[in-house]
Amino acid sequence: MDQIVFLTEILFPALIGGTVITLELIAVTAPIGLLLGIAIAVGRTYGSWTIVEICKGYVIFFKGCPLLLLLFILYFGFPTIGITFTAFTAAVIGFICCNSAYNSEYIRGAMLSVQQGQLIAAKALGMTKRQAIINIVLPQALRRAIPGISNEFIYLIKYSSLAYVITVIELTGSAKQVATKYFMYTETFIIVALFYLAIVTVATIGINAIEKRVAIPGFVQK
Amino acid sequence: MSTESIILDWLPYLSEGIAVTLGLVACSLGIGLIMGLPMALGQIYGSRPVQIIVGTYVWFFRGLPVLVLLFLFYFGIFPGIGLGGIPAFIVGGTVLGLRGAAYQSQIFRGAIQSISEGQMTAARSLGMSRFTAIKSIILPQAMRIALPGWSNEYPEMLTESSVCYAIGVAELLTRSSQIVSQTYITLPIYIVCALIFILLNYIGMKGLTILEKKLKIPGFGGGGEGAL
Repeated sequence: MDQIVFLTEILFPALIGGTVITLELIAVTAPIGLLLGIAIAVGRTYGSWTIVEICKGYVIFFKGCPLLLLLFILYFGFPTIGITFTAFTAAVIGFICCNSAYNSEYIRGAMLSVQQGQLIAAKALGMTKRQAIINIVLPQALRRAIPGISNEFIYLIKYSSLAYVITVIELTGSAKQVATKYFMYTETFIIVALFYLAIVTVATIGINAIEKRVAIPGFVQK
Repeated sequence: MSTESIILDWLPYLSEGIAVTLGLVACSLGIGLIMGLPMALGQIYGSRPVQIIVGTYVWFFRGLPVLVLLFLFYFGIFPGIGLGGIPAFIVGGTVLGLRGAAYQSQIFRGAIQSISEGQMTAARSLGMSRFTAIKSIILPQAMRIALPGWSNEYPEMLTESSVCYAIGVAELLTRSSQIVSQTYITLPIYIVCALIFILLNYIGMKGLTILEKKLKIPGFGGGGEGAL
């Protein structure tokens, strides 16, 4: 078959369809993963003993368990105890668990870098612990955690490809289908590679813009 | 037969997967170290073309999902250069290694650049060649600074090696999936597999912390703990 026809009429439409699913996976996962990450980080730093231990266990499990295995557990394992997810939902849940565990580590590190004295000062001003965390610690910590969180976001774009293994036809999945059908592996996967590189590059530029936008002049940033 | 005894029956088969998984991790850390260090040096001290080549390599291998790289090499590049029948383990090890090199070169680059430039100038003024200065002055310090970051590659690569499932390398995840399809016991087997991964992760990190302590020079750096 003509290479040009293959590219324009078969590969590109398939890959664009796949890209949409990939972006959907990311769009659902990233915000929830960030919020959950913040909650876990706060719990692990300021929670009671029980909460600290639960958060620790969560992070150890989801950082140590390979994501692909987690997806298998959700998609193939849970139906055996009567909980069934669609492939897309299973992928999103898996990604959120993984993403939030890593995010929480970055945010926790940033929270610990905020001086202890600031919390004492906030208390002296009559703030409750909750107010102090929300108004004093988090605004600083989140800004410091941006490099880590953005790293994790880039990782998310890349590991979203694992959803293919549990039958979500996202970017990698659509490419695999086309490559297998037309036996054009090298061509297809080089084009997919360019798609991923484009998404990652655009995301990096976007993140840098966000980082610049929320920067406070004079507030030291790494 | 009870679930427990079935799992116990299959445990030897599963534990052979530990060796394969650790083999993949060793490939990735080993190739990554051997290639990553010269790449870091090339990116800092090399000529302009060398810098551009290394920069592009890093951009390519860090920007792509492992899964895409594995497919590209296993179905595309290796058959394309006439190595179609090569075992999946070698393809997996190679891909993880090439990828590891891209990541590790950046860890080493950061560490080398954190050594103040004056040290290079001082070494040169003492009559050392550039090579000797890098070998005897810069690297002994930089490698110690890089160690905590480099240790983080271990859990990263351990979890990532499981993606080699997709090209059929008989590592832990592949073997557990095979067992699942033989015994129809799903959740317990995957959970055993997860626990093995978490255990490997824990043991490895403990070992690396000991190594870090062993290599520590009193008074130097100490950034490892504090920086985290």
